[in-house]
Amino acid sequence: MNSPFFLLTLTAAFICLSSCSDQLVRVKPYERGNLAKPVMSDNMTPLIKAMTEHAYFSREAAFGGGGVGGGGCGCN
Amino acid sequence: MKNIITAFLLTCSAPILSAADGAKVGRPVPNLSQLLPGASVPNTAGKVALVDFWASWCGPCIQSFPVLNKLQSKYGSKGLVIIGVGVDEDAAKYKAFADKMKVSFTIVHDASHKAADFFGPPSMPTSYLVDRKGMIRYLHTGFKGAKTEAEYVTEIESLLAEGK
Repeated sequence: MNSPFFLLTLTAAFICLSSCSDQLVRVKPYERGNLAKPVMSDNMTPLIKAMTEHAYFSREAAFGGGGVGGGGCGCN
Repeated sequence: MKNIITAFLLTCSAPILSAADGAKVGRPVPNLSQLLPGASVPNTAGKVALVDFWASWCGPCIQSFPVLNKLQSKYGSKGLVIIGVGVDEDAAKYKAFADKMKVSFTIVHDASHKAADFFGPPSMPTSYLVDRKGMIRYLHTGFKGAKTEAEYVTEIESLLAEGK
């Protein structure tokens, strides 16, 4: 097998395979019915999570701790 | 060896060859009657059409339905046809959602995603505004409440005025 042919094949395979991954891996916007179910959420108990984050944020006085806005004064 | 490589490349390139071109602004709207043979799609010839892709699990779709109902009652007599394409895989959820929202415009069920695959909506909901000549003129991705409603009104009124 000569080198230019091999290189051409490799390039073509790369282009085609990158297209394959694009087509196969990504879930299309209208196929997200199952992903939208509450059971698929990483946070099954939003209230408890919010309270835990608030307590952590207040006690640790961490700036922006847990994604909560504010300066760590525990007043929000 | 060459045959194997050729077969391999053809297999890999199948998604490229079969990928839908999608519905884009400035292009003719795909024929929904052909894409959804069992559904009763209204005739949009010579009318302004709004094709809206929605799903029962999509939050903004719930907000958009009262607005679409309002648009249908306001502009329906002037030549606007709204077609809601539901992409729920579960027929029961599709029907329950439609009943709950008291839909006053035409809705069709695209359970197999044949129409969705062809249109390629980039988000949920996505709506396509089509002029009287059957060309897609405006594309709305998502629904942003009063902002989107105001855009709908402006665009629909301008498209309706074009045919006069």
